[in-house]
Amino acid sequence: MKTCLVVDDSRVIRKVARRILEDLGFEIAEAADGMEALAWCRAAMPDAILLDWNMPVMGGLEFLRKLRAEPGGDAPVVIFCTVENDVAHIEEALDAGADEYIMKPFDGDIIEAKFAEVGL
Amino acid sequence: MRPDDISLVISLCRARAGLKVSAEKTYLIESRLAPVARRENFASIPDLLAAIRAKREEPLIWGVVEAMTQGESAFFRDRAPFETFRNEVYPALSRARGGEPVKVWSAACAGGQEVYSLAMLAEMMRAEDPSVRIELAASDISARALEKAQSGVYSQFEVQRGLPIRLLIKHFEKTDDMWRLSPDIRRMVRWRRLNLIAGLGAVGRWDVVFCRNVLSGLEAPYQKKVLEDLTLVLPEDGVLVLGAKETAEAAGDAFTPIPGQPGFYRRNPAARAAAAA
Repeated sequence: MKTCLVVDDSRVIRKVARRILEDLGFEIAEAADGMEALAWCRAAMPDAILLDWNMPVMGGLEFLRKLRAEPGGDAPVVIFCTVENDVAHIEEALDAGADEYIMKPFDGDIIEAKFAEVGL
Repeated sequence: MRPDDISLVISLCRARAGLKVSAEKTYLIESRLAPVARRENFASIPDLLAAIRAKREEPLIWGVVEAMTQGESAFFRDRAPFETFRNEVYPALSRARGGEPVKVWSAACAGGQEVYSLAMLAEMMRAEDPSVRIELAASDISARALEKAQSGVYSQFEVQRGLPIRLLIKHFEKTDDMWRLSPDIRRMVRWRRLNLIAGLGAVGRWDVVFCRNVLSGLEAPYQKKVLEDLTLVLPEDGVLVLGAKETAEAAGDAFTPIPGQPGFYRRNPAARAAAAA
């Protein structure tokens, strides 16, 4: 079973994303900020990461840059999932190594389409 | 809704567009017609239908029919047909045409996502091989759908259905809460208002016809008619593309599935010879 780490400081978003991704056949782990997420990844790299941008302690972009510098950190497919919806943010995310990008609000169809887009 | 109102909607849709509307789907009829009633300044759907019954005004009738034809649409819907077009269908046809453009028609284009997906795909193909030549056209029965499609403006929700993020930022510009497709891509498509059941004599020849998730919405006799008319549009080596859950069975053996390319059909020359004989 493929694993997906859901990183978002909102418990509600994590819960919604978990439900959608479990229906798509993923095993889910959750983290509330980038630091927690990094700890998860160091313990066991997930296949995919659904990543919020604005979070306390460590935001999504900083996490992504650190992740990609880790041994094995280029492996997980990273999909941003954020309210930031302007071209500048999207380009910054892609430059930092994101594979796809979801603009909130999202629904199950969007998550499914984006995960299919990156081959998951 | 009253049964006679539902019957009126069903008979208008069948007569004008060959459209199959199920009497059980009252919620669908109501959700499609409520905006029409509002737009035309009627207090309710029954008021709108009463006016149609009384005056039989064409613009009102078409407002109803067009609203009922609206379908789901997404960029690169089902993905696989676009890969098949790029890797199998285009190269073969391009060779056969000796460098002349391969002509592709998106029939019943709705919001334009399919034809614009093909346009973006053509652009990607041309980046790899500058000799790629693809001519694109799109048609729909609905003037409103065509207007939206031509504008190339989509909501944030729409651009997240099937469109890879890199194509979004490459080809779209954000204006307020909407995303507008670049003029370069929009200019690649020619548009035409067309009712598929009214005959395809004036359409000309097209090498590839994308007609996905259209036939399944039509009454059986119209499915047959449209398929038979399409045999006159496609050259012998032309290709018809149907939706993932559709078949060409309504027209007997006029079309045969292309092995290994789900949804892709070729004309059956023997069938036309038989029909002509």
